[in-house]
Amino acid sequence: MKLNKLLTGATLALGLATGALADGHEKTKVGFVYVGPVGDGGWTYEHNQGRLAVEEHFGDAVETVFVESVPEGPDAERVMTQMALQGADLIFTTSFGYMDQTINVAGKFPDVKFEHATGYKQADNVSVYSARFYEGRAVQGHIAGHMTESNVIGYIASFPIPEVIRGINAAYLHAKEVNPDVEFKIVWAYTWFDPAKEAEAASVLIEQGADVILQHTDSTAPQAAAQAAGNVVTFGQASDMAEFGPFPRVSSIIDNWSPYYIARTQAVIDGTWESTNTWDGIAPGMVEIGDITDAVPAEVKASAEAMIASMEAGDYHPFTGPINKQDGSAWLADGEVADDGTLAGMNFYVEGLSGDIPQ
Amino acid sequence: MITLEKRPQPSRIWSLATPLLAVLLTMICGGLLFAALGKNPFETIRTIFLDPLFSEFAWFYRPQLLIKGAPLVLIAIGLSFGFRAGIWNIGAEGQYIVGAICGAAVGLAFYPTESFIIFPLMIIAGILGGTLWAMIPGILKVKFGTNEILVSLMLVYVAEQLMASMALGALRNPDGMGFPGSRNLSQYPSAANLEIISGSGMHWGVVTALIAVIFAYIALSRHIFGFNVRLAGQSPRAAKFAGVNPTAMILICMGLSGGLAGAAGLFEVAGPAGQISIDFNVGYGFTAIIVAFLGRLHPVGILLAGGLMALTYIGGEIAQSNLGLPLAAIQLMQGMLLFFLLAVDVLTNYAVRFGRRQVV
Amino acid sequence: MDLSAINPILLLASLMVAATPILLAAIGELVVERAGVLNLGVEGMMITGAVCGFIVAVNTGSPWLGFIGAAIGGALLSVIFGVLTQFLLSNQVATGLALTLFGLGLSALMGQGYIGIKAPSFPDWHIPLLGDIPVIGPIIFQHDPMVYLGLGIVAATWAFLKYSRAGLILRAVGENHEAAHALGYHVMRVRMLAIMFGGACAGLGGAYLSLVRVPQWTEGMTAGAGWIALAIVVFASWRPGRLLLGAYLFGGVTVLQLNLQAAGAAIAVEYLSMAPYLATIAVLVIMRAGRAPGSLGQSFHASR
Repeated sequence: MKLNKLLTGATLALGLATGALADGHEKTKVGFVYVGPVGDGGWTYEHNQGRLAVEEHFGDAVETVFVESVPEGPDAERVMTQMALQGADLIFTTSFGYMDQTINVAGKFPDVKFEHATGYKQADNVSVYSARFYEGRAVQGHIAGHMTESNVIGYIASFPIPEVIRGINAAYLHAKEVNPDVEFKIVWAYTWFDPAKEAEAASVLIEQGADVILQHTDSTAPQAAAQAAGNVVTFGQASDMAEFGPFPRVSSIIDNWSPYYIARTQAVIDGTWESTNTWDGIAPGMVEIGDITDAVPAEVKASAEAMIASMEAGDYHPFTGPINKQDGSAWLADGEVADDGTLAGMNFYVEGLSGDIPQ
Repeated sequence: MITLEKRPQPSRIWSLATPLLAVLLTMICGGLLFAALGKNPFETIRTIFLDPLFSEFAWFYRPQLLIKGAPLVLIAIGLSFGFRAGIWNIGAEGQYIVGAICGAAVGLAFYPTESFIIFPLMIIAGILGGTLWAMIPGILKVKFGTNEILVSLMLVYVAEQLMASMALGALRNPDGMGFPGSRNLSQYPSAANLEIISGSGMHWGVVTALIAVIFAYIALSRHIFGFNVRLAGQSPRAAKFAGVNPTAMILICMGLSGGLAGAAGLFEVAGPAGQISIDFNVGYGFTAIIVAFLGRLHPVGILLAGGLMALTYIGGEIAQSNLGLPLAAIQLMQGMLLFFLLAVDVLTNYAVRFGRRQVV
Repeated sequence: MDLSAINPILLLASLMVAATPILLAAIGELVVERAGVLNLGVEGMMITGAVCGFIVAVNTGSPWLGFIGAAIGGALLSVIFGVLTQFLLSNQVATGLALTLFGLGLSALMGQGYIGIKAPSFPDWHIPLLGDIPVIGPIIFQHDPMVYLGLGIVAATWAFLKYSRAGLILRAVGENHEAAHALGYHVMRVRMLAIMFGGACAGLGGAYLSLVRVPQWTEGMTAGAGWIALAIVVFASWRPGRLLLGAYLFGGVTVLQLNLQAAGAAIAVEYLSMAPYLATIAVLVIMRAGRAPGSLGQSFHASR
């Protein structure tokens, strides 16, 4: 027993020292740190789907581990360290709030590769990745602009951060493009997930005349509120929410992390992993547009699909000038395309939106 | 027929034996649960309860126990005085948040000046912030007779909103690309609550928690204040005759618990957490209430209870990542542990008698 | 800002629905506290009810059976609390908090495999004649049956506490358990029944979220509603009538702040989100909340 324990200790120590080389004899170990429960049906749920896809794709060659509902802060740092100690070769940290902890732990384990979602701090062994969800928002805005009869679109926003503001701007620009009379009513819920509050926010927007609801919060409560109202259009967020189709849910944005997770795991196995800054959209499949249902008129569906195709082909960028900022000052000249730096830190509304971004 | 008979004195033997009994019962029931989930019960139990202390990576986990346990112990010590005196501050979470905000604000105000005076000033601000936040339910209770349970609980939600507002507004990192969250204090040397000995986990919050345990022990067993607190809890009328001023007692107990919770928040934000963010608080203030009761409101008991809670958290994380156990199973086991600890305490204060009750 | 966009009729109508889950959980807790027991585990019982109700409803296809299952699930969980606090005389505050932790874990474990499924639909009642009355009809008479059941339970509880002999005994037990015991009442039995009633009501409240409001199962979906229910009980100074007022007022401030935002009022959201809690504190101070039941939170042991 004692000898046995010593031996396993020694092997593990050896594994640590050599960084668990993936030479075909040893499994590659991939760790995932989640900010919510895997059963949240939204953000973490989709990351976990990505993990399951990795397991399925590589079979016995790869072992995955995860810890769920890890608070941002010292707990996250401990979980990452522990995964690295236990021989993980690659660790995905799936929340913006893990940024400094990821950098700290990566500094202590130079042989372990880290992938931090939605952050901006890179290191030799830390990549960052995020999805261009605004491309999906543009499609939603396009459909929403066509579908609305009251010309009032309700938007349930979570927190006033660049990611959310980008989504509002992208949706508004493309709704306005097809329907110049459109008006956005924006409610800040200050939560990513609170069914009761989201349901209330949706009801409020519907009562104030909105007949299309866009949401940047993760629960299906707004879908249910729209269904109860009867004539209100919604879109799935984070996951497909297909169970509310074909109406009120007419389409959705799905976070599809599987292709990226498989590719990065493959890179570690091949020894070709490098620190990268990935911001993928519809083209590589990181942002997926869920089935556009028949509740959408055929010509609108066709134009939306054309828009998806042109983004996929790289011909179209949702933030293409001329675009002015809310105060009327020029942002993008005619034909100019927004640079990633401005988009990443977006903290202003585009012209036409009313109200202020809460500070 | 089984009956309970109150012991004239709490049993010393049982007060030591019951926690062990509870842990044993949890291991048995938890083992059954884990077996039902298709895991090896012995391996799982060992992972949760022993691996953080004795596995090959214990050198990493042991300091983590201090980091995780210190805020729990510090807050619970403060709460225990009020709970003994019958003053129910259940809003320590809010006081923890406000302490962190005030302390961090002071530190960030000086950024990037380097001076040895900054960290002490932050500690004072943190304690003051927590104290003032706890004084709101205290003063309302004294002046208007409002219920402190409710007011302190309501103020937790207010504090959470305040923190969101700070993370997105006043304290937002100007170099943070528009993302929420303050500058990282642990990267600002004058404001950082660093480990006193590198790798030991001993940051200033741990030291403060240990000092608080010692002071609380002395106050409760040797000092007139401790006596008054116990008297106020056991018999408010007797306390009044003994000259204990109930108003002062309420304010002191609320202020003390708030101040320690605020200090815990400051040490956390300046050290392990590093920054004010929307999700800065993780429920230490509520867990500390459980810790206070598990420790039987006794300083040494609280120290042990805080350690036990920290152990199950860290062991639970190891079990999740190494054995693929869902977090839900660990929460369930923690709930069981608490139930058993609370349930077996009956043996300390009551003797179990079998057979028919005698007619007197 | 265009305040005319806010339609007061629709606002009131949605308020009745929004208040239902917390109202259900709060009326149960009110009875528990009137019996002298403080159960802080409402959140845990709500979420357990939510998952039990969802599982039963999905498997049977009947929301009604789901609600019954939720009530049973909540009540069963509360039995743990009852046994610990009443027979083993554990501290009620700590046991309640532990119950919440336990309930969150239990519900997450039970709900695995039920994620992403929609609950069977639970249609609104359009009460004939009454529902057609202009203005009042849509506000009051066009909701789902649980809204009315919730109001019915509140009314029944009010009548029970005020007029029935059993209600009198329950209040006596809560006010002074020593005296009630001396009069020959079974303190523990009364309290166990009250605790189970509280659990059942909390379960119904949780199931209202998972079967009507969302209607789906996701982990942690009650998101703090149980704590608000606790607050409302104290706010109402342990009186069913005021409980109704409290639930509507509390829900009302939230709905109003969302309405103001949607209408484009330039307001600081965080500070408005604090408003319901600050309003509760303010009302507490102004109303000088009534006295708590005499034996609230104390363990009872019959020495002879």
